Amino acid sequence: MQPRRQKRLLAVLTVVGLLTGAVAAMLYAMQQNIDLFYTPSQLVNGLGEKQTKPQPGQRLRIGGMVVTGSVKRDPDSLKVSFDLVDTGPIVTVTYEGILPDLFREGQGIVAQGVLLDATTVAATEVLAKHDEEYMPPEVAEALKGIKHVPPSRQVNQPDSGSY
Amino acid sequence: MFKWLHPLAKPETVYQLCGRLYPWLLTAALLLLLLGNIWGLAFTPPDYQQGDSYRIIHIHVPAAIMSMGAYSAMAIAAFVALVWQVKVAQWSVLAIAPIGAVYTAIALITGMAWGKPMWGTWWVWDARLTSELILLFLYLGVIALSGAFSDRQTGAKVASLLAVVGVINLPVIHFSVEWWNTLHQGASITKFAKPSIDPSMLWPLLISILAFKVLMLALICLRLRTAILVNEQHRPWVRAMAGDQ
Repeated sequence: MQPRRQKRLLAVLTVVGLLTGAVAAMLYAMQQNIDLFYTPSQLVNGLGEKQTKPQPGQRLRIGGMVVTGSVKRDPDSLKVSFDLVDTGPIVTVTYEGILPDLFREGQGIVAQGVLLDATTVAATEVLAKHDEEYMPPEVAEALKGIKHVPPSRQVNQPDSGSY
Repeated sequence: MFKWLHPLAKPETVYQLCGRLYPWLLTAALLLLLLGNIWGLAFTPPDYQQGDSYRIIHIHVPAAIMSMGAYSAMAIAAFVALVWQVKVAQWSVLAIAPIGAVYTAIALITGMAWGKPMWGTWWVWDARLTSELILLFLYLGVIALSGAFSDRQTGAKVASLLAVVGVINLPVIHFSVEWWNTLHQGASITKFAKPSIDPSMLWPLLISILAFKVLMLALICLRLRTAILVNEQHRPWVRAMAGDQ
């Protein structure tokens, strides 16, 4: 290789190498800030080595699975409360508004709101998180025993088929 | 070892090669696109939890994968242009950039259209969405930088450097859903694991991905040919060709 090309190769590789290091260090330092949400265990047990816990009054997002049987709806308004869990601790979320179509017990949910006390979040926005599995309804029924009916179809047609 | 690559450094050879490949690539792309998208959008079964909304996956995923594929190609061309100063490689960078930018925009827009009915929001600043947006800005940056200098050579060099450096973003996009917790779900198709998407939906998706790839190659051929003609317009071989026709 010609010395001039060698020099350019070295220069480009150095620039890329240094910047990769800088970006990696930055991403490592901001690790916890890049996470979109706290999981219930992170909220209760604290984050990282210092076990920093968010303070009541802090705005945050909480993400976890909706605990089966924990969804309580107020019959006279759009108020709803439900529990979220990941690997142990349970966090209660209260919300007033329309829930996404994919909301159901056992579904992953990300809620944004204000931390009221150690395990209660008053949400202003509730988003549904779905997984990366896609399959036809018949396969899901055979494989998982899931018979999902979107909320919009639940009232009028109670047994309106398989999805 | 790289003897077979040497003819590709000559603009005239590349111009003719691209001209020969282009009609085949375009025909194949259109056929695959029709097959994959019609199959995927109309004839696959609905998803068990997302119903028909998931069908946008047949456009969203191919565009997203190829937005990163185009960037890799552009960065390799930029690297060759910087180190070996091959003119054709330099022009390839600027030929690929707008195509990649459009693919990225398609991925972002279809992703937003998918996110609204399923997640409940058009946009959320999670790691996957943000890093894909940065990819769009990298493409736009390469295009803008190449035109920002009165000396075209300087502009092309600076743009190439940005293209090479921006490669750092690719692993960040790919692993964002594993490194951090995000609203975006993980990958359905990986090289090493069994895909977590039913075969009846997987095949049209794979065909669509291939279609987007071949279409990208066809468009690169088209743009590179134009770039070669513009840059070599005073060369004898271009003049001879223009005189012949």
